[in-house]
Amino acid sequence: MLYARLIIMRLLKAVIVLFLIVIFNFFLIQMAPGDPAAVMAGEAGATDPEFLRQLREQFGLDQPLYVQLWRYISGIATLDFGYSYRQQMPVFDLIMDRMPATLLLTGTAFVMSLGLGILAGSMAAARAKKLSGSVIMALALVFYATPLFWVALMSVVLFSVQLDWLPAYGFASVGTGYTGFALALDIGKHLILPATTLALFFMAIYTRMTRTSMLEASQQDYVKTARSKGLASGVIQRRHILRNALLPIITLAGLQAGQMVGGAILTETVFAWPGIGRLMFEALMQRDYNLLLGIFFFSAALVILFNIITDLVYGLVDPRIKEAS
Amino acid sequence: MNHTTDTPLLSLQGLTIALPKGADRAYAVENLSYDVQRGEILCVVGESGSGKSMAANAVMGLLPKGVRPVDGKAIFADQDLLSITEKQHRELRGLRIGMIFQEPMTALNPLMRVGAQISEVFEAHGQLNGAERSIKALELLTEVGLPEPEKAIRAYPFQLSGGQRQRVMIAMALALEPELLIADEPTTALDVTTQAQILDLIIDLQKRHGMAVMFITHDFGVVAEIATRVCVMRQGKIVELGEARDVLANPQHEYTRALIEAIPSDVVPEARGAETDTPLLDVKNLNKVFRSKGGLFKPAREVRALNDVSFSLVKGETIGIVGESGSGKSTLGRCIVRLETPDSGLMSLSGTDFMTLHGESLRRERKRVQMIFQDPYASLNPRTRVGMAIAQGPIANGIPKQKALAQADDLLELVGLANTADRFPHEFSGGQRQRIGIARALALEPELIVADEAVSALDVSIQAQILELLEDLKQKFSLSLLFITHDLRVAAQICDHIIVMQHGRIVEQGPARDIFLAPQQAYTRQLLDAIPGRPEATEIAS
Repeated sequence: MLYARLIIMRLLKAVIVLFLIVIFNFFLIQMAPGDPAAVMAGEAGATDPEFLRQLREQFGLDQPLYVQLWRYISGIATLDFGYSYRQQMPVFDLIMDRMPATLLLTGTAFVMSLGLGILAGSMAAARAKKLSGSVIMALALVFYATPLFWVALMSVVLFSVQLDWLPAYGFASVGTGYTGFALALDIGKHLILPATTLALFFMAIYTRMTRTSMLEASQQDYVKTARSKGLASGVIQRRHILRNALLPIITLAGLQAGQMVGGAILTETVFAWPGIGRLMFEALMQRDYNLLLGIFFFSAALVILFNIITDLVYGLVDPRIKEAS
Repeated sequence: MNHTTDTPLLSLQGLTIALPKGADRAYAVENLSYDVQRGEILCVVGESGSGKSMAANAVMGLLPKGVRPVDGKAIFADQDLLSITEKQHRELRGLRIGMIFQEPMTALNPLMRVGAQISEVFEAHGQLNGAERSIKALELLTEVGLPEPEKAIRAYPFQLSGGQRQRVMIAMALALEPELLIADEPTTALDVTTQAQILDLIIDLQKRHGMAVMFITHDFGVVAEIATRVCVMRQGKIVELGEARDVLANPQHEYTRALIEAIPSDVVPEARGAETDTPLLDVKNLNKVFRSKGGLFKPAREVRALNDVSFSLVKGETIGIVGESGSGKSTLGRCIVRLETPDSGLMSLSGTDFMTLHGESLRRERKRVQMIFQDPYASLNPRTRVGMAIAQGPIANGIPKQKALAQADDLLELVGLANTADRFPHEFSGGQRQRIGIARALALEPELIVADEAVSALDVSIQAQILELLEDLKQKFSLSLLFITHDLRVAAQICDHIIVMQHGRIVEQGPARDIFLAPQQAYTRQLLDAIPGRPEATEIAS
């Protein structure tokens, strides 16, 4: 019961934080030189001040700042994030259009890096003194040190160009008319390379962290207690060592999860993945401020959401934290 | 399997355990031979580094990495424990040999419910089904005397006190009724009264289950309470082995004698007092409340760590503040050196109001009261050379670096560590580090030293040396000492005056001799009675 209240409190706080972020972003954008009207007029080759004035009036840019802010905030309250004049679509629709692709990519990468990272880390910890443990750590170091875009390009060269196993770019094959399972399979094939590329870096971090954390946990007194009970070493590794070693990993997973909206720009660009990252990049280049603000809002909301989820997971894993919170 | 009562349950024969290269000696234990008989309590006694736990760990198959038996046998139930496979060893652990450890705070998995941790023992040996395991766990918790076992079984370790956790550990070790229970310093981390309860429990369970107990301890007081036989160890070798009665009454070896003497179990403090009557520290109605921050919906919790504490200390006096954990004694010490700020009350240091000082003026006065901390391992910065560690205080007070470092050299010599200023803390033993801590405190030429459990982490013989040093320095510099300890035996050795604290209040205070001989309060008597191996003093008192 107390826990449910805690969650409500956290959500209330989150709304306030989000509100502040919106205001902050709004003013940050205002500080950038030029406004959308100037950019549009410039691109249209028009220098007529009257045309500029009309454009500004049309977008409400001639209003005092506080009026613009008020309009913007009251718009957000009704999920109206304004209109992207560049893309000729409401911002909300644009974002919702791209969101699934990004979440599919980053979500897959998240699960993959976390799952495989913990697995590899546990194996490396259990085989700390053996060759196989060192091999895992060496691989992790390689993935950790290699730049993301390089891995992406090389995997395209290897798996798409040379071996022709997987598609090199895009979200799905064009013009196949696949539906149902066939479509899912097609998307899945397209997903493998970008998701793996994105996952490798964090996987390497999870591997290293899990190993260190487990080796540390295995020195603890309760592990000796567990051994004195006559438990098999596999049980001790899983139930006593791994569980205690997970806490720092949860912290990191929370950070990674928070980046799920905005963290895949590079990967999406290399693999021509139609996600938020690319949308944001385009909006930035075109000074599509409404769209940028909208994306900022959603990525901030996601960071806050995952912060709360991380804290809740902490409470589930470690009863002491639940008590203290 | 012909087990007559004569065959020992466990027989160590010439056990030799090698330490990894680079250790301070080649063998942890050398040519170790002793038996553990059915139904007896064998105490293995020694100071840290004596190798007293090593044989036990070898028997359990829990030797640390790099440490391995190289010679000898450990015969248990007709098999040599040193030559069986890990799987065979695992089957013995928990089932036929149970073990409890020193640190109840860390020996339980913090993320698992107590009940689940007990049930695990049955699971490990494929016994009973889930429901039966829970029932059995509840029975065990009841048997080891945990209050509200139905609740405790669902509790996490952090919700239990140290004594309660140790009871859980015992319940776990007893789950499968092992023939041999190995207890590795199980009461060392506990308060005296809790220690007495746990010792009683172990004796009681040992009688009821008829098992053999191998009890490892550094404390001859504990030996006097429970041992059938004693094995005294020093530097990996047996010094003396015999019936507890004989060894205690008539120790043959000089080391055993020294150990027994080092424990002033029947020491009654001499009547003594400070030479002066100049008041140095005056504390009146000190209060300190710790509040856990409550949320909007959560009540804040309050702990009254200090409740109207008043006492005064004259120049040259040593006052002992004695109490169990949670009594507020450490908070009092920290308030006096102003590491904590009391909520209300008065505190004056030879006339200066020491309580309302803050900022720069506090910083200037701080050097007048210095502290020696409990943990000699954690209280020195591992990356600072000890000479510098000592000099930092004076340097902060404006003394030139060269001069401060030269003084540090002198101070190190004074505490018996000449020419060590350029070493790092890890190059010293625990006792030596505590000497450095003392030198550090002295560097600022304080009027009052607050020593918070300054010898609690040390072996008895080292304890005696450190106490002697403190006494010595006290005379030399006409210092006053506030000695915070949970150990009445230590307080008896050096304190003129004793303050007994409980739940943030002063229960009783008076000259040390009076407190020991004629305690006025029930709680003080309880503390005194709980001192292991101390029937004599109470006799004198009555």
